[in-house]
Amino acid sequence: MAEPDTDTPRVAHSSTKTLLVAFAVCLVCSLIVAGAAVLLKPIQTANQSIERKRIIVEIAGLMKPGLTVAQAYRQIDVFMIELNSGGVVDTLDPENFDITRVAKDVHLTVPLTRSADLAQIRRKPRYLPVYRVNDDNGRFKTLILPVYGYGLWSTLYGYIALQEDIRTIQGLRFYQHGETPGLGGEVDNPRWLDLWEGKIAFNDNGEPHIELIRGAVGTATPDSDHKVDGLSGATLTSRGVTQLLHFWLGREGFGPYLARLREERERS
Amino acid sequence: MTYPVRKILFSPVIDNNPIILQVLGICSALAVTTQLSTAITMSIALTLVVACSSAAISLIRYHIPANIRIIVQMTIIASLVIVVDQFLRAFAYELSKELSVFVGLIITNCIVMGRAEAFAMKNPPWPSFLDGLGNGLGFSAVLVTVGVIRELFGLGTLLGYTVLPLARDGGWYVPNGFLLLPPSAFFLIGLIIWAVRSWKTTQVEQAEFRIREMRKPAETA
Repeated sequence: MAEPDTDTPRVAHSSTKTLLVAFAVCLVCSLIVAGAAVLLKPIQTANQSIERKRIIVEIAGLMKPGLTVAQAYRQIDVFMIELNSGGVVDTLDPENFDITRVAKDVHLTVPLTRSADLAQIRRKPRYLPVYRVNDDNGRFKTLILPVYGYGLWSTLYGYIALQEDIRTIQGLRFYQHGETPGLGGEVDNPRWLDLWEGKIAFNDNGEPHIELIRGAVGTATPDSDHKVDGLSGATLTSRGVTQLLHFWLGREGFGPYLARLREERERS
Repeated sequence: MTYPVRKILFSPVIDNNPIILQVLGICSALAVTTQLSTAITMSIALTLVVACSSAAISLIRYHIPANIRIIVQMTIIASLVIVVDQFLRAFAYELSKELSVFVGLIITNCIVMGRAEAFAMKNPPWPSFLDGLGNGLGFSAVLVTVGVIRELFGLGTLLGYTVLPLARDGGWYVPNGFLLLPPSAFFLIGLIIWAVRSWKTTQVEQAEFRIREMRKPAETA
């Protein structure tokens, strides 16, 4: 061991001094930690907000070269909807809506029974934002829904985009998770995410029908439109993704809103 | 009094490497080395934490009562780790998303506590800082080596850029998926330890016991 000089400080201290030192160390450390957290908070929040918007415009296919995220995001209409009725709520501000915070708020969420809680989130928000994109003629083109649920050891937060038929998936992306890098963390792999485009998320009755399977989906796989390759080495993350999609696209999630949209489409 | 700066700083890189010789800090070496970018960020984060915590602990070493010294060291280390994590979230958002879990685990990394106990408690701040820096560099050297091997042969890329075109994308390289799983880092670190000890034979430890030679069983008639 390379120890050039050794002066042993192991002196016995009185209890008063021990308490004093402990208190002083805690005080200084907490000031440093609190200072860093408070000073850096605005930058961190801005990062997260940009990240969410970037993902929304990317899966909606609005990101064109030369456009900034903010410019592309302007083409999107955001609505706040009440999950149970599927109706639009005008009184709430959908911008800067932070799901990670709302999901823990007792006043803004309702408890879920265990059997209904496919995504393992325990409580579901009453209100959530949805993002709609219209084409140049003002016709509805893409719908983007926030989704989240538990994987192996973290909650995955993301968005799913549906095409104008409200059945076909345009894209899926997660913006926050803590899955194992290289295994469950591969939910961020662009090549895997590309597999989602064109998959059908619902059966003919409008119930969610989409699944991650073990191994790869080939042309011989039955119902291959409703199946996506599972993540290798990440069975529980794959199951989590399947479950959270079933929850959010189903009756407990955005089901009522999607039913309204489909009705609207048939009438027009 | 002057200190052998060069020796304090560079001996932990090869001669007294915290991972290779002392076999400390293995846990994070397994977890973050699937990709080179995370390995590098983890290396920088740990080096900063161990250097600063050693300096801070050394600064107040005469005032730390012996009976609560471990807790005091822990508090200082934990605070620094949180600060590093906050900085990553603000200025390297993409990387922090993958690393956050593991950055938190720097607190439990044996190298940091080990240096605080073994060196910073007995030496002035400047050499303690250098010692922390040196041990951080030693940790980084192993992490980066393992990271390069795992990403290159496991994914065919380095820092996300394709080096070996993968067969599934029309290239020729069939990646070794095992390298993406944590046990592969065990094998790689084991091989590195073997290589370094064959080169620097002084690192070879005395065997703690010797297995007795097996006597041939008497042949039965």
